[in-house]
This record gives sequence, C-alpha cells and structure tokens, in this order.
Amino acid sequence: MGLSDFKYGDIIHRCFRCGYCKFPANWMDVNNCPAYARYRMETYSCGGRLWLTRAWLMNEIKWTDHLAHILYSCTACKNCELKCPMGFNVDILNMLRAAKGEMVEQGKIPVEARDFLQNIQIHGNPYGKPASRRGDWMGDTQMDKYEGQEYLYYVGCVGSYDTRAQEAAKKLGLLLKRFRVSFGVLGKDEKCDGNEVNNMGEEALFEMLAQDNIALFNRLGVKKIITLSPHSYNAFKNNYPSYGGNFEVIHYTQLLQRLFEGGDLNPAEKTEFRVTYHDPCFLGRWNAEYEAPRKVINSIPGATLVEMERNKENSLCCGGGGGNFCMDLLGGSPDSPARRRVREALETGADTLAVACPKCLTILEDAVKVESLDDKLMVKDIAEIAGEACGIV
Amino acid sequence: MDIIHQGLLDIVGEGHISNQQEELFIYSWDLGTTEPHRPDYVVSPRTPQEISRILELANRHRIPVIPLGGGLSLAGLAVPFRGGIIIDLKRMDTIIEVNEQARYAVMECGVSMGQLTSYLERKFPMLTHSEPGAPPTATVAGNAAIHGQGDLAHPYGFNSDMVNGLEVVLPTGEICRFGACSIGAQWFTQHPLPDVGLFLGWTGTTGIITKISLRLFPCKNIRGTAMFVVDNEDYVPDIYHRISRTQMAEDIIAFSQTIPPYASGLQHFTINLAADSEKELEFKKELIFDDALGEYIRRGDGGYLGFTYGLQHPQISKTADWRKGGGFEYVGGIMPVSCYPQCYRRGKEISDRHDIPYTVLGRCIGAAHAMMFSWTYAFNRADPESVRHAREAMHETDELALELGGAIWKPGLYGQRLVMSRLNPNTLNLMKKIKKLLDPNGIMNPGHWEES
Amino acid sequence: MYELNFDVQKCLHCPTHACLTRCQHMDIDRDTAGREILKIAAGEDSFVLHDCLTCYACEEYCPMGNHPFYLIVKRQEELNVQPLPRPLIQRGINIGKPFRGEPKINKVNGRALLMGAFADHMFLIQGRLFEGLPVISDDPRKMFHYFCQLMYLHYARISVINERLPGVIETITRHNVTEAICFHDECYGTYTSYCPSMGIEVPFRTVHFFEFLYNRLVELRNLIRPVNLRVAYQRPCSSRLSPGKLRFVYDIFKLIGAEAVQRKYVGRNALCCGGIIEGQRREGSRKRASEIQGLNISDMKDAGAEVCVFNCPACYHTLAHLVEKEGIRPIFMSDLCRLAIGEQPAGWR
Repeated sequence: MGLSDFKYGDIIHRCFRCGYCKFPANWMDVNNCPAYARYRMETYSCGGRLWLTRAWLMNEIKWTDHLAHILYSCTACKNCELKCPMGFNVDILNMLRAAKGEMVEQGKIPVEARDFLQNIQIHGNPYGKPASRRGDWMGDTQMDKYEGQEYLYYVGCVGSYDTRAQEAAKKLGLLLKRFRVSFGVLGKDEKCDGNEVNNMGEEALFEMLAQDNIALFNRLGVKKIITLSPHSYNAFKNNYPSYGGNFEVIHYTQLLQRLFEGGDLNPAEKTEFRVTYHDPCFLGRWNAEYEAPRKVINSIPGATLVEMERNKENSLCCGGGGGNFCMDLLGGSPDSPARRRVREALETGADTLAVACPKCLTILEDAVKVESLDDKLMVKDIAEIAGEACGIV
Repeated sequence: MDIIHQGLLDIVGEGHISNQQEELFIYSWDLGTTEPHRPDYVVSPRTPQEISRILELANRHRIPVIPLGGGLSLAGLAVPFRGGIIIDLKRMDTIIEVNEQARYAVMECGVSMGQLTSYLERKFPMLTHSEPGAPPTATVAGNAAIHGQGDLAHPYGFNSDMVNGLEVVLPTGEICRFGACSIGAQWFTQHPLPDVGLFLGWTGTTGIITKISLRLFPCKNIRGTAMFVVDNEDYVPDIYHRISRTQMAEDIIAFSQTIPPYASGLQHFTINLAADSEKELEFKKELIFDDALGEYIRRGDGGYLGFTYGLQHPQISKTADWRKGGGFEYVGGIMPVSCYPQCYRRGKEISDRHDIPYTVLGRCIGAAHAMMFSWTYAFNRADPESVRHAREAMHETDELALELGGAIWKPGLYGQRLVMSRLNPNTLNLMKKIKKLLDPNGIMNPGHWEES
Repeated sequence: MYELNFDVQKCLHCPTHACLTRCQHMDIDRDTAGREILKIAAGEDSFVLHDCLTCYACEEYCPMGNHPFYLIVKRQEELNVQPLPRPLIQRGINIGKPFRGEPKINKVNGRALLMGAFADHMFLIQGRLFEGLPVISDDPRKMFHYFCQLMYLHYARISVINERLPGVIETITRHNVTEAICFHDECYGTYTSYCPSMGIEVPFRTVHFFEFLYNRLVELRNLIRPVNLRVAYQRPCSSRLSPGKLRFVYDIFKLIGAEAVQRKYVGRNALCCGGIIEGQRREGSRKRASEIQGLNISDMKDAGAEVCVFNCPACYHTLAHLVEKEGIRPIFMSDLCRLAIGEQPAGWR
C-alpha cells in the first residue's frame, strides 16, 4: 500500500511533532506517553510513530522488525489524543491502528504480536491456553452458568487465565453473589472480547470475535453485561454496536458504586489503610469514567484515598494496552511505565495501589516486585478491596 | 558491529544508542523547512561524564557531534549536515535545586520548559520563569543557548541574560563550570568573574551545556492579559514606548495576521499584567490604559479590549496547520522597535508574494531596547512546492531583517552566511580562533558559522 | 434597502419619553428627552448619540412600541458618531466574517436548537433536557454563518447587520427548520424584534431558550429536586428586545426551587455587564464599566446571592471571574436546570 491508498493519507503529515502528546495537562513530566517514557527516543513518541508510518508508506524507509516494534509499543492509552492541540487529534490512534493493520495485512508484525493474535484465533485467548480451562478462575466456588439472568458477568482473557487476575475475577463473582446480583457466567464458552486485537490492527479477526460473541450473547438472550476488564467494557460499548451488538454494558466499579451507595458496608473488622488509585486507560481516557472507582474506594470504611499527581485524564498508562500486557514490548527497564507508575504510587504514602483492570493488576504487581517494594505497597483490584471490606476472603 | 557503535554502546549502554534506520530517519529532520540529513548514530546519555566520553571518542574518530535539546528551533540548528552522532540530551532532565531566597533554579540540560513551569507552579508558586512561546517540550538550556526570550522579556531581557551559571562539556571532553559555581559557591550569579560567554549563541559549536542555573522571578498572585488594538502600524513603536515607560507590564507583544479575520490588517497588543492585589492591578491598568494610552482611545485610534485573568500557557501556533499541512517556520529578527511598521509592511509583501497567509509578531525586549519580530510562514509538509515557497520566503526575510538594521535570531545556515558576510572581519577572525582553540578537530555541529 | 420602521407620531404622542428619562446612564428630564428624541428622529445630532452606552434598555422602556434604540444606532452611523474607537469597530466587523468554509446543512425538518455564533458552547448542550433535539450551528469553525449580527448595534453599524443578516437567515432556512430555539437572547431578539422593525422576513418561528427550558423541565418534573440556591440573574442587553420572555427566568427558578434574591438592579433596572462599555471612546469608559460591575456585583452580594445565572456567554465571559471573586458561583441557566434534574452541570467552575 502506498500513502495514497492509506485511509488517513490526507492527514498523517499534519503532525508537527510539537510534543504536547508526551505530557500530562500540567506538564509535570514529559513521560506521559508510555512508549516514550520507556525508550526516550523521538521514534517512540506519538509524533515519531506518525512520521515513521508516513515515511514507510511513502517508501522512504523500509519495513524492519524495529519499525514494527516501535508501532506495536503504542499502548493506545489515548494520552496523545487528549493532549494534542491540533484539529486532527481524534484520528491519531485511528492512524496508528490503520498502520498496524497494514503490517498485519503484509504479515509483518513483531513475533510477539503474531503469537498473540494466533493464540486468540486458535484458542480464543492470547496465552494459547486451552479454552476448556477458561472457567478455572472460579476455583471451587459456584458461579451459575448464564441462563437468562439479569446480567452476564464477562470475565475476559486476563481474569480467566492469569493466576493473579483470577483472584480478582473470583472476588468480584463472590461479591456479586453477596449482593444478590442476578448474574451468570460463560465459563469455557467465553471468548476474547477482541479489544486488543482491534487496537493491534487485526480487523478481520476482531470482526470475527465480535460477531461470534454477539451471536452467542444474542442466542443466550443477554441484555446487560458486567465486565471485569475496562478493555472488554470498551469493546462491547463502543465497537460492538457497529457489528449489531447492542447491550447495556457496565464496568463492575459502576455497579459497585450503585450497590455501595446505601453505605451499609459493615466490615467485620475495620482496618485503616491509605490507598491510591490508578486509572485504567480504557475506563478513564477512553470512557471518561473517573468517579465510580473513586466513589467505591471512598465508601469503604477505613480507606483513605490519596491521589497520585498524575491522575484521571493525566494518568500514566501501566504499559499493558495494545497487547503489551502479554507481548511486553515496554518491560525490562527501570523506565518501564509500570515501574515508573509504582514508584509514583509509593510517593503518595499509600500502602495500597488500587486498580480496576486485570491487566493493570498483573503488570503493576510485577513492577512492585521488580522494584522490591513488596513490603511497602500492595497492588489490589478494587473488587478485592471491596470483597475484603465485605468479609469475603 | 563497528568500532564507534561499540564505543558508544559501552558509554551509554543498551537501549540508549541506535544506528537503525528509524532513529536515523527521525533525527535527520528538523521541524521546519531545512532539508534532512541523516546522522550515523543517535545516543541519549544520562550524565556529563558520558557526554565527555562520547566527545573523546568522537575526537579520536573525527566524527561530528550534534547536541539536541527540544529540537524546536525550526532553523535546522540540530540537523547533522555532515552526519555524525546526534546527542539527544532530553534524558538529562533533573531539576537539581530551586533556591527560593536567591530566586534561581539549577537543572540538567534536558529539563523542558513545561517541566520547569509545572514544577514551579506546584512547589514554588511564588516564583516564575520567563516562559517562551514554544511548546513545553523546548528545553530551558537549549532556549538560553540560542538567546531565546520569554514572557518576562520586557522587564528582564533575553533568557540568556538570566543565566546564573553553566556546566559545559568542552568539545575536547573537559567538564567546566562558569559563574559562582565554578569557585565552589552557590549557583546564584554569573558575574563578576571574568566573562567567558563562549556557549550562548554559538549553536552548539563550542561545547555542550549540561547544567544551567536560571534566574527566577517573583510570581504575583494575579496574572493576566490585557489587550489593545490599533489600525495603523505606525502607532506601534510609540505604544511600545508609552507602555514600557510606565514599567508596569510584564510582557508586551504586538501581532497581526491574516487568520482569523479579526486580526487581519490590525495591530493587536497583548500586555501581561501582574499584581498581588486588585488595588495594584487597577493601579497598573490606570497608568497604562487611562494615562499612557488614553489619548489613543479618545482620538478613536486605539481600543482597549479588556483584561483576562490568568495567563494562557503557550499553545503551538495554530499557524502550523492553517494549510492543513502541519508545518511552519519563522524568521525571528532582533530589531529596533522603531522598525515595526516596515517589518509589518515588508513582511506582508513577502507573504503575499508566496501566497502564504501573513503572520507577524513583535515582542518587546527590555525597556523597548529591542523587539523580537517574527515573520511566520506556514507550509504543507505534503506539498514540496509549498515547502519551497516557505523556504524562499524565509531567505528573503533573513535579508530583510538585516536590511532593516536588525540581527537574525538563531539564524539557519542561510542566515548565518548573511550575517558573516557583514560581520566585522576582526570579529569573524576572533570567532574562528576561538572555535579552533576549543574544537581543534572541528567536530562540533559542523556546517554552522562556517563560511561557504 | 431595509428601512427602520420608526413612527415619529408615537413620540409626539408619548406622555413619558421614558426611552430617555428612564435611561440609567444619562440624567435627562422629560422635556429634554422629548426634544432630543425628535431631533434624532429628524436626522439631527444630539448629545444622546454621543453619551449612549448602547445598553439596549430604551427599546424596553418605550411605552409606545417604537424603536428608540435602533433609531439611535442608525443615526450614530449616519452622523459618524462612533461609540467605539475605530480599530475596535473594524475588529468587530471582521469577527463576524466566516472564514473556515461552508457549513454542512443537515435537514432538520422541524424544530432545532440554534446555537448562533456560540457553537463553542456546545458543551452546555448535554443531558436529558436536550435529548433528541437537533442542533443548528454546532461546529465552531462554521458558526459565523449563523451569527445574528445584532452585536453591531453596539458598533453603530446597522448597515453591516442589514447587509449580512438576510444571508444568515437563508442559511438557517436551508436546514428546513420550522421552529428555531434560540440559545442566545440576542438571536431571539434579532428574529422577533429587529427583523420586523426593519421589514426583514424570517421564514421560521423562534422560541426563546428559557421558554424551551421551562417546558422541558415541566416534562421532566418528576426528576426535579429543588436546588435550594439563592440566585441572581444577569440580564443581558439583548433581553431588552424580548421583555415578555423575562418571566420564564422566574418561572424556572420557581420550578427548580431556586430563590431569586431581592435586588435593586433587577428587571427593568438590570445593569449591563460592562463588557462593551469598557472599550468605548468616551473618557473614563474603562472606569465606568468597572464601577457598573462593582455596583451590580455588590448588589448581588448584599442580596445574598450564592449563584449568578447567565444567558449570554459574553456577559459570562465578562463577569464570571468577577462574581466568583466575591464568592458567587457563575452558572449558565441550562446548567442550573441540569443541576435540578440531578445532572452534573458542564460549566460549574
């Protein structure tokens, strides 16, 4: 494909590379683009990626593994779109997704991305684990199969397979039961939501996943969906409607906010703790939900919420989006966004780093370990914090 | 792996050096109209010691070295015209000290303007610095090195006048300090030691600044912008003089531009005022708008457009995208204030000739001692013809700035040659001698300040 | 080609000459008022033309249904009595020039909200109040195609209004709008007062924004929780062109449990925001504007207002910061209504 066939061929040259995209709104740190924070070369900034894409499409540079690495290191965290002062900012991530799409088309993507997508295609999850084990997260607890209950509780790949995230998935399930929410799960019939697949440019696979999931949901009569992951929430809410899937989608923190509004949480044992909250990109910047998770935390007896300096739309991404929770193109350095983020969390004086996304959970917990902060900072999903407050162990 | 690559890798470590096409491509480009030239390596060191070793290595191999800050000069100042090693300095981004009493900040060379602004706002709200109109990614040291100016230029001059001390790695690798810090004192003053002003304005050809101490200034409780407008450019020098005589303004800028239409054909002033109380603010407004400029208003020649609380942080000029092409470049002339009318009229002619919407601006420096007058030319990156027009307009404007009796601020190669052709021969000779002495192998940012 | 429909007979038979005797900014007795307005009507100069602050209020004060303010402006232009310095007039005229291409015409085939030249205030148009309501002029780049132009009354430029307005009306008409709900008082005044006075045809009906809000609130009555705020309303100059609609301000307040504080400068005695005055040529205009603002705000404060409610974005721009400094929160009326139905106001500062 040349530039003239590229869907955004008429705008991709408009990036000036002024660099607002690297910052949070108050400019406190130039490292608010996770890929740039990790590599600190202009190539890894948003503008660098756009200029390189254009050069590649114009045949001024050739495709290399390195070029693919640069593009796939973008986590689609959306900081750039919200900070870019120019009129075309709404299309920044569309341009990058289209560029990745072109790489997919040509079969020229990083090997980590290839494995990720192949595993989803074959097994329905990026880890290449058997679909039959997708319900393992439930352990010995009893979660009802979805059979027309009010809500489908959609767990997602990370909550289903990652041992750490499974704990959060399970806690949420138990919490929903405790509050007598009418819900069911899909267990081994659940399949990847495709949010990452979409952001990695594999449009055909995303379409297939969306259609399969929509068909399944419709067959089962699903009307309302609770998601553990903001990534699933985003795909169901913002992408599925264009494939005919119209469901009432809610992130679990939004449901908990409603459930806890009555304020009748009476933990057996009230413990005092200081907690800071890390906004997940697909709940925050992508869907502007900043308040529900905070309200949940604030409604937990004993919890004191302290903010990191970069929060809400200025939050630093953990580095897990765009498939990077699995491909890990941003890991391996003290400059990795997750490690920067846990150091920032520590600076608040919090003992708990709360998350509302299973990807953030696993990545930030790993970062805490690598930074040897285990004894100072615990990473917990809000589902876990809330579960504990309700005496669910 | 080649020996230079290996050497650089040994110095900066994995992940901070590249000779891959992607980095070489991106770092070959300036954001303005300068033609790209590929470097051979890009490195991003973390310490002056690493830079020192890089320079030693470069001298051994006689390979050019190009220091790069924010990369926003738009004049091709960090384009590797003869290849070599680009040193991206932005990883050296620690703010080391803010001295609230003596009002200065010491920082590494990669600290950005945005970072400093934010740091002061959050931690030292009683202090501020002279913030240029560049995007926040511009570096503080880079801005001082090119004699930048900011929003305190009217009371305090160029940002390079605000330097209290420097740490510099010389082209041969020695790490030197200048100012009081060089005798082990605090970084609070550059004077009164013997003047060695060898690094500001030299376009990275005499050394690499690694630390800078910058003067800070009181930040008043209320800051904001008043606007005034006239329809005759001939009034502008007098208005600059009247306002600066009151000594009540922080920043005085006059501008005119085709787009948006309200700004076309008129000269707008933005006048920044700061005060600790409403009483002080009203006093300043009265002195400027009722007393100094009242006559213009009563005659119907000038209009007061009100005062807006709060300063706008610099936004990238929308000029950059008027052609839906993401590009602009400007000539900044350091001009006598009296030249404003000619600067405006002749600049408009150049824009018209190249079919570019005109955009001009004059910022008062000092008590109307000079103004930085910018002629901006937008272009479409995707249209080589429009890039060519902008480049030619730039060259014509370089000549205009000199013709009108001004000097070119941060000239590109074309402007540098024009300046050198007029330079006092003894001065030029001294510059060459200094350059030869500091950089015997001619490795520092070659191409700049060289006769063709 | 358009002629102001001004009837001198009405002035001759006017018992009060309230247009000028009631003026808040000039001290004029009845005899002088009668003499001066007739002089102006006859095409002569008058001190009134020079001292007028262009606050629109005489349009409301006139008991005879005449158009004293339009007359004053027309005469100012004819006699070249410029209330503002020359560059401000030129600047103002240029502001209204569209320069970012042609607007996209969506056919609404019914009623729609008309944002006029305030498409940049679309952030206010959210939530249940506006559900399903089509919007005309929602793109800030194109909004000057919908600019009602009436602002030029402050600039002594009736000629500019009359030159541009028919084109604006045509653009709006191309949307197939039958009923335009005018976001701004000034648009409403343009189409219901100015156009008829000039004989400019308006082929669509117009609805005042506050009437619309009131009716929506009635529809959503069961969502309303009293806001329990003491409020002051900043009446914009253009509201003088539709005084009959002022009651909706108070009807809305009543409906949503807002208490309109007892003020001196309210209703017919409302004070101008000062935005236009501070730039006028007359000596001391800047201070005068500031004094009027001071009077206005201290009146709000003395009356115990917690919130200052706006219709006009220009008033908001001029006053919001000043009222805020006095501990009074500025809010647009639509935002106040949203607050009442349990929504988060978009513009709370």
